[in-house]
Amino acid sequence: MNLDIRVPIGAMFSLIGILLAIYGLMTNGELMYAKSLGINMNLYWGGAMLFFGVIMLLFGVFTQFSGKNSK
Amino acid sequence: MSDILTYTIPKFTLTGVDWTILLIYFLFVVGVGFALKRFMKTSEDFFLSGKSIAAWITGLAFISANLGAQEVIGMGASGAKYGIATSHFYWIGAIPAMIFVGIFMMPFYYGSRARSVPEYLKLRFDEKTRGFNAISFAVMTVFSSGISMYAMGKLLHLLLGWDFNTCVLVSAFIVLVYTFLGGLTSAIYNEVIQFFLIVFGFIPLVFLGIYNVGGWEGVKARLAQEGWYRAEVLGEQMNPDALTHSWRFMGDAMANPMGVEWFGLVMGLGFVLSFGYWCTDFLVVQRAMAANSMSAARRTPLIAAIPKMFFPLLVILPGMLAIGIAPMADKLVETRADTAITQQIEQNDPVLAKRLADFNVPSIEDLSVAGGRGLVPPKISNMKTTAEGIEGEVVYKKKPDGSLLLDKTNKPIVELDYDLVIPMMLRKYFPAGLLGLGLCALMASFMSGMAGNTTAFNTVWTYDIYQSYINKNASDKHYLWMGRCATVGGILLSIAAVYVAVHFNNIMDILQLVFAFVNAPLFATFMLGMFWRRATGHGAFFGLLSGTLAAFLHHGLTLPYGSAAGLKGGFLGFGGTISLHHYHSEMAQNFWTAIFAWSTCFIVTIIISLLTEQKKKPEDLKGLVYSLTPKPKEDGIPWYKQPAYLGGGVLAVTLVLNILFW
Repeated sequence: MNLDIRVPIGAMFSLIGILLAIYGLMTNGELMYAKSLGINMNLYWGGAMLFFGVIMLLFGVFTQFSGKNSK
Repeated sequence: MSDILTYTIPKFTLTGVDWTILLIYFLFVVGVGFALKRFMKTSEDFFLSGKSIAAWITGLAFISANLGAQEVIGMGASGAKYGIATSHFYWIGAIPAMIFVGIFMMPFYYGSRARSVPEYLKLRFDEKTRGFNAISFAVMTVFSSGISMYAMGKLLHLLLGWDFNTCVLVSAFIVLVYTFLGGLTSAIYNEVIQFFLIVFGFIPLVFLGIYNVGGWEGVKARLAQEGWYRAEVLGEQMNPDALTHSWRFMGDAMANPMGVEWFGLVMGLGFVLSFGYWCTDFLVVQRAMAANSMSAARRTPLIAAIPKMFFPLLVILPGMLAIGIAPMADKLVETRADTAITQQIEQNDPVLAKRLADFNVPSIEDLSVAGGRGLVPPKISNMKTTAEGIEGEVVYKKKPDGSLLLDKTNKPIVELDYDLVIPMMLRKYFPAGLLGLGLCALMASFMSGMAGNTTAFNTVWTYDIYQSYINKNASDKHYLWMGRCATVGGILLSIAAVYVAVHFNNIMDILQLVFAFVNAPLFATFMLGMFWRRATGHGAFFGLLSGTLAAFLHHGLTLPYGSAAGLKGGFLGFGGTISLHHYHSEMAQNFWTAIFAWSTCFIVTIIISLLTEQKKKPEDLKGLVYSLTPKPKEDGIPWYKQPAYLGGGVLAVTLVLNILFW
């Protein structure tokens, strides 16, 4: 099997993470964050997801280049 | 009653960013299916992923396949209903069973020529035992995936106002596309994606909830008030402190909200049901069988057990939080109002009153808005759609004779809709953006439940029913084609099953019932099959049959208090001709059904085995029975990857968790 699962997971989480973080930046200070107790969860959690996504991507891509099959 | 109380379940409003997140998720789900299509060349690729997947992937898929509707929605619901005791499903249930299957049973599954659990039964016992298991399992998978879809359709209709039938058809179609194209690999890969989505979707929910109520002590204070209210006002049989202790009140079925006592819990849930599910259910075992080596297969359930240990914090805690959080619209500061029940607590229990004041816990009156309690809405009937959401008449609890059940102040008691706990929490705490992620996590859990069942169904159908009884000697290409047909057929049948699953308040109960009838006796058969070489095919078959019959009889002759005879049991009482045994709760009844089924199967299998001749020679049983199988060697594998060490470590942490929440 040649598809390394870490690549799609990494890509998807990076995408959603970037989207959430940018949306969080754009809406910073808006009234809707009263829901999340005044914390801009979109920004922080988007950042966390992006971080996770990039790590997954790096691992996935790195193992493919180094020729080591993770399976 | 003259005035009818109505309740509106508020509509979720999705914004562009929420939709985009959902869209990204669906594109990746289907995309993985398309990307894997070209690797599906043989039936083994399609049904067993060519036995080529790394242990961490199969491990995450192992729990994710089980992370369907019953897990996320059901565990949240049970958290609100039973409190921390729900964690027994993990800490006495799943974890020990997962360790057992990894260390002791996987060598027989992975090491033998069997491609499925029913096929193991054929190799070990005989054709009829396999046939019985294959057919009952196939029915069960269809049923389970139907429940998953039903729950999803109902939820999306309630929350988003989407059409129920469309939701069912669209979700079925998406699952169909990716399992049809990429087979088991596609299901496993998607389960891993779903696992991470659920984790990332639920962590912020738990964080915000806990932060809001002032930490774990705050959770305990709120649940102490809830417990007090249930015991002192609603007149439920339980100790007021039982919601925050998993073991302390298990000595007496009358003292805990589950209505079970420790023996029924440990034997029924911990031993029979959990071992029956995690050790013999092909849905999860199939994931481990796709691993790339014997060592990886054995590690699969053990790796799965590591996140599984902590899942109660993710799925049960939101439910526990929800029952004590006031449903005020987006208001940050809750205040403790001086109401009648607040004063009553002050008079009768000053210590509790002080704790409640310290944590500023909202009064019961402020929690009970329009019939709901906390964020848990009441069940409603005669629903109609309004601008705010879905409005309906509040449903009250009834006695078996149809009259209203009254509390200690002679007021009717509202029936709560616990299944809506998780969505209500999402709605309370998640702003636009995060809300899309939360919904995505929910949908992911439903779809993983469906896909898991679909891939298990198509394998059992093709290998154990079609190849065994209908078309024995076709080409591999033909079976691959058949597998794809079975995928379509399985999904069509699940859609039919959707419309059957409408009866129970808690989805968990209906699943437990099915497991009890079919799976409970099964574990006795496997135990004897794997560890006693004298067990014969006739013994296994008639043992299974009598075990299932025992489950049916027990269920028919017993009834939980407060229920009318019917689906919930008691149907063999013939309107009072035979006196029924009564249990304190449905859950206790189910656990005992399992205990009876297991014991009957165990005893009957031994007796019939001793009376019949063992036709299998020792060489036939090599690799299938413990005493005739060489022990798997773990040489050259670092200690932290060895099953015994991993299993021991997981067990130790689980023990600590049990003690922490004692």
